[in-house]
Amino acid sequence: MNPPLLQVNGLKTYFNTPAGLSKAVDGVSFSLQPGETMAIVGESGSGKSITALSIMQLVPEPAGYIESGTISFDGQDLLDLTWEQMRSIRGRQISMIFQEPMTSLNPVFTIGYQIREAMLTHDKFKGESATSRARSLLERVGMPSPNKVLRQYPHELSGGMRQRVMIAIALANEPRLLLADEPTTALDVTIQAQILTLLRDLQRDTGMSMLLITHDLGIVSQVADKVAVMYAGQIVEQSPTNTLLSNPLHPYTQGLIASLPSRSRRGQELYTLEGVVPPPTRWPAGCRFHDRCSKRLQICDSQMPLATKYDDTRSVSCHLYPAQEMAGNQERLK
Amino acid sequence: MIGYLIRRLLYSIPILVGVCFLTFVLFYMTASPGEIARRNLSAKNPTAQQIKDWEHQHGYDKPKWKQFLDTTEGLFLLRLGRSDSVKGERVMTRIKESWFPSFEIAVLSFGAAITINLSLALVVAYFRGTYLDIYGTSLCVFMMSVTYLVYIIGGQFVFGRLLKLTPVAGFLPGWESLRFAFLPVVVAVISGMGASVRQFRTFMLDEMNQDYVRTARAKGVSEPQVLFKHVLKNAAIPVLTTSVQAIPGLFLGSILLESFFNIPGLGNYLVDAINSQDFAVVRAMVFIGALVTIVGYILTDISYALVDKRVRLE
Ligand SMILES: Nc1ncnc2c1ncn2[C@@H]1O[C@H](COP(=O)(O)OP(=O)(O)OP(=O)(O)O)[C@@H](O)[C@H]1O
Ligand SMILES: [Mg+2]
Repeated sequence: MNPPLLQVNGLKTYFNTPAGLSKAVDGVSFSLQPGETMAIVGESGSGKSITALSIMQLVPEPAGYIESGTISFDGQDLLDLTWEQMRSIRGRQISMIFQEPMTSLNPVFTIGYQIREAMLTHDKFKGESATSRARSLLERVGMPSPNKVLRQYPHELSGGMRQRVMIAIALANEPRLLLADEPTTALDVTIQAQILTLLRDLQRDTGMSMLLITHDLGIVSQVADKVAVMYAGQIVEQSPTNTLLSNPLHPYTQGLIASLPSRSRRGQELYTLEGVVPPPTRWPAGCRFHDRCSKRLQICDSQMPLATKYDDTRSVSCHLYPAQEMAGNQERLK
Repeated sequence: MIGYLIRRLLYSIPILVGVCFLTFVLFYMTASPGEIARRNLSAKNPTAQQIKDWEHQHGYDKPKWKQFLDTTEGLFLLRLGRSDSVKGERVMTRIKESWFPSFEIAVLSFGAAITINLSLALVVAYFRGTYLDIYGTSLCVFMMSVTYLVYIIGGQFVFGRLLKLTPVAGFLPGWESLRFAFLPVVVAVISGMGASVRQFRTFMLDEMNQDYVRTARAKGVSEPQVLFKHVLKNAAIPVLTTSVQAIPGLFLGSILLESFFNIPGLGNYLVDAINSQDFAVVRAMVFIGALVTIVGYILTDISYALVDKRVRLE
């Protein structure tokens, strides 16, 4: 197998909050091959956005900081880089699209300026070529009348159009990795489908890797090669998309999938996961999911399960799948 | 845009009439024409006839509503009339003589204040959370708590007496005037500095927490560029609105400043007129002050629309 493009190991990102230390991301490990798309799914507050922001090293300061872990990109640990070195990677090697298309563009600059700036910052495309490339990027993301849009301001565009602009900005320097943080959550359903198809096509055309963050398992199957399920700051299960959807291991994943509307269960009442994600300042002891879990064992409220390889492609953190049965495959989190 | 201007100007008519009315009523609550006549007549003990003549001459014998209509109409046509004082000089002549010192000091302090305060605010915002920021903002609070008079007297003492860098007070025309304007400008800038820097810093920090700043960083834009381009252009909007408060001052000058530095400006003219109950002058100056303020607000709205494309003047 090729060396991974991105390898995150034992990432912990904490926040100092008035309510105490918030362990928003608490020991996350995963890796991404070149050209691969991985989805991170999980409920609100599980730490998905903070994971992506940690990779960009744009965790909101001064409250937030990366406590420990490694983020190796193309063989280099990003956490070792200076701010200036990291800056030359942002927007050029790794781009990010945010959850909030309505506010992510600067209101006082034209769309054209904001796209060009992404290119000029990295000196990759200059002057005329930057302008014509901005135009073709807008065409590529399906923007009607790109010439006009270049001269427009963000408030003149709808949410879907703004998100397309954000995608155009993210792609401006042909990055090798795209972090897409719930790129469709704020948009209505028909636009969601368009944006997702667009992202999938762009990913295929450019061969970049993509980390797609979402809390909607429904869209995962259309786009992702594999899925990481996050709960309470940790990844509880990782698996190829099809396997995950047909044969989920973790009770939390099972709950998520059971609560999806599906053809085979038509007419039945939808399953709902009881309870909510606890606040990240007070994670429960033991397995963080234990008080919402229907298959709880005795051990669950006292001992945290470790991420364990289930087979070649899957790993899961749950006491239902004890490590002994898969001797030697255990992988301890930092 | 044109329509907007016309509408704003039409709106300002009732405002100006209101200002005239209030001035008129307040004046009659504090003085009667007879008293004004006694103060302004040269004779020591004027006879009743002399007072009557004076009142007639200055139009104070007409019915009140007629007086109000006449004077207000005059003001709207910018016929400011003559002073009620003995010399009875034209108000317009005096304004032409004394607008320049006020204007010079106001423009210089406005320009200097906005440049200096904005730069300082950018610096403390850039170093937010460091000791520079903490000490800087504490200093601002300290400067805010010191009264204006301390700056005036302190400035006169340090620059004028000790260092002998500037004249203590007074004014001369031409290039000389800059020497005299220096100290009042410094005092005006320093006295407003604490509050402005703190306020501008807040505007910057508010903008720095916006999502578009995160986008700029995610594009790889450098920190100075984020601050001086993205944040500054957005923060310029609230900075503009708060700075408009200085515009009436452009005309009337800071009354305190002009009398302490003995500057023959409009502020001083107005103070003298109030002291000698020169209704004709007070009336005209208040009207012009209101007019300048209104124009100032319209100009702010226009500059607003130029910076913030979301604002439409319609
Ligand atoms: N600026 C911050 N200060 C303090 N805590 C924060 C901050 N940002 C995020 N957190 C904490 O980190 C936790 C994870 O946040 P994150 O934004 O990663 O959630 P998410 O999985 O992306 O959820 P959503 O689906 O709502 O976007 C949250 O519970 C929140 O309390
Ligand atoms: Mg999020």
